[in-house]
Amino acid sequence: MVRHAIVQLAPEKGQIRRNLARLEAALAELAEDRPQVVVLPEAFPTGYFLQGGVRELALTAGELEEALTALYRRVWEGPLDLVIGFYEKDEREGAYYNAAAYFELGGRGLVHLHRKVFLPTYGVFDEERYLSRGGTVAAFDTRFGRAAILICEDFWHSITSTIAALDGAEVIYVPSASPARGFFGPRPANVERWRELAKSVAAEHGLYVVLASLVGSEAGKGMSGGSLVASPEGRLLAEAPVFEEAALVLDLDLDRLPPVRYDNPMLADLKSGLPLLLNDLKRVVEAL
Amino acid sequence: MKKLYGVPGGEVLELDYPAVADYLVQFLRRELAWRGFEKGLVAVSGGVDSATTLALAARALGPENVRALALPHAESSPESLADARLAAEAFGVPFEVIDITEMVEGYARLRPDMTPHRKGNVKARARMIVLFDLSVAYHALPLGTGNKTERLFGYFTWHGDDAPPINPLGDLYKTQVWGLAGELGVPEKIVQKPPTADLIPGQTDEEDLGLSYARADVILEHYLKGYPDRYVEGLGFSPAEIRRVKELVNKTHYKRHLPTVAVLSSTAINEFYLRPLDFRIELE
Repeated sequence: MVRHAIVQLAPEKGQIRRNLARLEAALAELAEDRPQVVVLPEAFPTGYFLQGGVRELALTAGELEEALTALYRRVWEGPLDLVIGFYEKDEREGAYYNAAAYFELGGRGLVHLHRKVFLPTYGVFDEERYLSRGGTVAAFDTRFGRAAILICEDFWHSITSTIAALDGAEVIYVPSASPARGFFGPRPANVERWRELAKSVAAEHGLYVVLASLVGSEAGKGMSGGSLVASPEGRLLAEAPVFEEAALVLDLDLDRLPPVRYDNPMLADLKSGLPLLLNDLKRVVEAL
Repeated sequence: MKKLYGVPGGEVLELDYPAVADYLVQFLRRELAWRGFEKGLVAVSGGVDSATTLALAARALGPENVRALALPHAESSPESLADARLAAEAFGVPFEVIDITEMVEGYARLRPDMTPHRKGNVKARARMIVLFDLSVAYHALPLGTGNKTERLFGYFTWHGDDAPPINPLGDLYKTQVWGLAGELGVPEKIVQKPPTADLIPGQTDEEDLGLSYARADVILEHYLKGYPDRYVEGLGFSPAEIRRVKELVNKTHYKRHLPTVAVLSSTAINEFYLRPLDFRIELE
């Protein structure tokens, strides 16, 4: 069992120190639950919509690690793994990324950095105007098992979670920031879509999907929340309310993956069938 | 054999109004909070848009933290003032009447060429002046009431009724405001009456615009989403109606933007230098 806390908080735009202080308070509140992994949404330290302000507020992974290590030490005993989305600057390249990091605080430090590959640049979104794309999806080893990170739209393309699953991921962490739209039912259409996606990806590959979704109002755009965890059978194990700050605390039982995958061996079938389709995949990609 | 027939998908304008109401209540609370306000100010015309905004504000902030301002002119319909009062009473919001006749006529007397249309705009801008002044006096944020249909048609006085800094209804078509009004308990008399800007005696919106809101909203939704005219005609709308909608939208884009600035540099505001309006950095 690996105890997780998925924390959806509303950051104040651009107020990095205050938002990290808010995280510190949230960790202090969670200490009694003893989570081993805490998962935060996309762009938590700054808020999501920054336009050109990304350049003023982006952090290096090292700067973020330093700040998180300092705050975690004030409220936590023992190691803590933390997944967090943030705007990252690469000082050598002069490039900016929408990134998420897996930190092992009180241990190895930065374990993995994922840079968002699919930058939404349509409708209300304008990421590629300000950010560079990442170019890889890879699983990595944590203290507990093997995991991958996909950020928001990354996850809306099933190819990314397929790569993560083939690379051995048992848990896919998905920090996201999703402005509410489509009020046709009790929950916004984008929240319904997230729920369906998470369930179907989890069931297709027999793994856990952990979605941490930002809340707060960003100049009229209401970030929707609705963080959730989907089980390897595609059931919802926990789901946060929309629009309000909340934490989901639950244990992920990684020992359940082998029997669930044995019952529904989609990933094993994929491993056998995918090589047969590789030529077709190459053909259609090269024709783009 | 059991035969089942599916229904083709299409654009939906009907919303889940309880969910919309909850969302807009949170919108008001959060947008006031980070601006440092706890109170809201609504100019109530007696129409459904301002009554709906008032209902949302009362629910979000508590009726005691909202003030309803009626700003009649001597030429305004007495029914408008009565309905404005009715809305304030329905939601338990303190109600204040400030007559703008002297403000407007003081200026109008200086211009013998004043037309009813121009005076209508002067009235809307006089109301804006009072609203912003009392915002300071009461430390209450002016709440806008314009709906999406009138915003798209440019059917408002520029720098007048569009001036308030936050607007909960601006992404709801008029027909959707009617739906929300029903959910919030806006008095039936206000929901049912023909919409009017009441800037020129006797006018109604639908006569001014040349088509009904029920038809305009469907055309607008399809036009904004990029459906070609022939598709919209297939839904039962005439080429003349579609043309009218496109004409109104396309001659008023400027009214939905800040004034045009001559761009000379690579740091021109809102052209090159882009920051969201809630952007603030922490200063040492």
